[in-house]
Amino acid sequence: MRKVIMGNHALSYGAMLGRAQVIAAYPITPQTQVVELLSEMCADKILDAKFIKVESEHSAMAACLGASLAGARTFTATSSQGLTLMHELLHWASGGRLPVVMGNINRAMAPGWSIWSDQNDSLSQRDTGWIQFYCSNNQEVLDTVIQAFKVSEKLLIPSMVILDAFTLSHTYEVVDVPKQAKVDKFLPPFKPEITVTPDDPHAFGGLTGPEHYFELRYKLQKDMEKAPALIEETGKEYEKMFGRYLGQVEEHCCDDAELILVTSGTMGSTARVAVDALREEGIKVGNLRIKVFRPFPFEKVRNIFKNAKKVAVIDRNISYGHHGMFFQEVKSAMYGHDHDLPIFGFITGLGGRDITPSTFREIAELSLEKNKPEEEIIWIGVNR
Amino acid sequence: MKKEKQAKEIIFKSEKEVPLMPMSVGNMLWNKTGGWRNIRPVIDLENCIQCGICWKFCPDVAISIENERPVVDYVYCKGCGLCAEECPSKCIAMVEEEK
Amino acid sequence: MSQEKKEKKMTLSLPEEELMGSGHRACQGCGAALAMRYALKALGEKTVLCIPACCWSVIDGPFPYSSLDVPIYHCAFETAAVSASGVKAGLEMVGDTETTVVAWAGDGGTFDIGIQALSGAAERNDDILYVCYDNEAYMNTGIQRSSATPYGAWTTTTPVKHFKNRPKKDMEAIMAAHRIPYIATASVGYPEDLFKKVKKAKDIEGTRFLHIYAPCPPGWRSRSEDTVKLSRMVVQNAIFPLYEIEWGEKYTLNIKLREKKPVDDYLRMQGRFRHLTEKEIAYIQEEVNRKWERLLSLMDRSN
Repeated sequence: MRKVIMGNHALSYGAMLGRAQVIAAYPITPQTQVVELLSEMCADKILDAKFIKVESEHSAMAACLGASLAGARTFTATSSQGLTLMHELLHWASGGRLPVVMGNINRAMAPGWSIWSDQNDSLSQRDTGWIQFYCSNNQEVLDTVIQAFKVSEKLLIPSMVILDAFTLSHTYEVVDVPKQAKVDKFLPPFKPEITVTPDDPHAFGGLTGPEHYFELRYKLQKDMEKAPALIEETGKEYEKMFGRYLGQVEEHCCDDAELILVTSGTMGSTARVAVDALREEGIKVGNLRIKVFRPFPFEKVRNIFKNAKKVAVIDRNISYGHHGMFFQEVKSAMYGHDHDLPIFGFITGLGGRDITPSTFREIAELSLEKNKPEEEIIWIGVNR
Repeated sequence: MKKEKQAKEIIFKSEKEVPLMPMSVGNMLWNKTGGWRNIRPVIDLENCIQCGICWKFCPDVAISIENERPVVDYVYCKGCGLCAEECPSKCIAMVEEEK
Repeated sequence: MSQEKKEKKMTLSLPEEELMGSGHRACQGCGAALAMRYALKALGEKTVLCIPACCWSVIDGPFPYSSLDVPIYHCAFETAAVSASGVKAGLEMVGDTETTVVAWAGDGGTFDIGIQALSGAAERNDDILYVCYDNEAYMNTGIQRSSATPYGAWTTTTPVKHFKNRPKKDMEAIMAAHRIPYIATASVGYPEDLFKKVKKAKDIEGTRFLHIYAPCPPGWRSRSEDTVKLSRMVVQNAIFPLYEIEWGEKYTLNIKLREKKPVDDYLRMQGRFRHLTEKEIAYIQEEVNRKWERLLSLMDRSN
């Protein structure tokens, strides 16, 4: 069924179709509609789930972890301050191998209070052991939630489905909401082998000495390394059933591009418009949108860059004292593979400042006129 | 209950044997806490009134009831002295361990 | 041994079955170990424990071992209550409506860092049993003061020259303000009463809060053999009276005191109070008297 829904509701529908069994959430702008709709679905019995209306995001994640350990499929959603309040428990989720799926609306971190989009909230969680999906439209949000359950539960690694504040969370788009029966065929119920139950008593997460801790983390990384292939496979399976493929990256005019613009989230859609306009003028640019940030799609990126002359990475985030975080990751992916590829690092749009097609035109022009980057960070749109 | 369990140390030969998440797969009976003891309880069964108080107040589950009498398990008794202190007939002596 | 004696059966005041095994890592004379032993006797096998950072996260034993025959979720420090809420919701969704889910936390995890999640769960009246075993300081990290540390006590962060000069937080009053179905205090010096309360709490639906007094010989500088004696004295001198509160309103005193014992014998048995002068002890006595009168008036009011 095709519905006109906002990005936040695409998350709710994803969780509903995924038959989340325990939902625990705390309100934060701009995430509120996600949980409002889910609590209505629970109240109306459209969704057979327990909704725990907790007193903080920290407790939201804690409740999900407990429920997940008991063998239930769990979902929550948050943003920014809420996500960073959960930080401790994000490690707990991955270390405990609890496949929680969470929506996060990218919102800038305070101070000053901001409710507008940037990626520092989710990117500062990159080392917590979560799979991170960045979405660019509402259809992708819904589809990604369903696939995230499947990927997470196979690997026993949690997933974050990320969308931009307002530019996606509050934007209405036409979304195909698949039939429940069809989704059920794609996504079987969550049946973990080991759960916390008196029928098979184990103590989970006890004191772990240096003689064991290392192996546990080694195994987490080894399973994380299985994610790229699994995401591709799951994406293809989803495409077969629903006609839409997810995958780790989205390419637009990259094959013959002299300059590839690397983006994530809704920036990707804007970049595509700019690329098409520049192409009409005969300028050979392309757009690579990174959909999965963790695990980082090294192979995909290296393959796509094979024929590229230049790369410009556009970050709506910053690692203070270093670079934009996608820029860091792209550069590290190319190290040892193509040392001579000039990679330009741009930072723009922090705290929700507009990113428009002309932003990408400026970035493309700056990158094309120079042989290699002259600055560590090229700032776009900051009043200096 | 306790008697059926075995005191066994668990050694993982490689990461393949380690569970995905840190979870218990054995009990603590390998940890023979009797070695912590400086003084040992010795029960004078002649004067024992079989009240079960020593059994009740043992934090280490080291006193069991056998043939209607309390028996100290010296493998695990840490020598806290609670049993002797609480014994109403004062029939438990705390005797210095020879080391 | 006389023939007559041999035939006499032992009468145990608690079930003989143990769900806690030997070999655990509690110190000699540990009150927290006794608390767990008694509680599990009442709870039985159909139990899940959520244990945040506290002595019990060490006592139970390291990975890959456990000294308990019931499952444990070792959860984050500040999440005992809500972890239990989550486990309960999860179990119900997978078809297990029987299991009692217990949050088992120390005083730091209850009075301090975990109070937010506890308050949240209590306000929602989540179907969990919350047990706080109270050894009146952060013992696992090496005896630092918590908001459960009583007035006058030495800890490593309230040294003798600056001993704790604030009273212990009144957790029962805070929990009563949440209007939950059941609140009780218990002491390891009264195992039968403790057992009865856990049994009772187990069968109540909603948030139940049990506060267990559990001495810590190394942290209190008390003798390991005095753990039970202290746990009785603290009830008899009304520093830690044993009572129940139903729905935040109905107070019941479980151990009635014909004559309340003075506090000084109790204080003198613990090195943590050694520095107290007569004047300070008199002040503590006054405070205990005042609180006791207040409690008696609450009893009166609810009858």
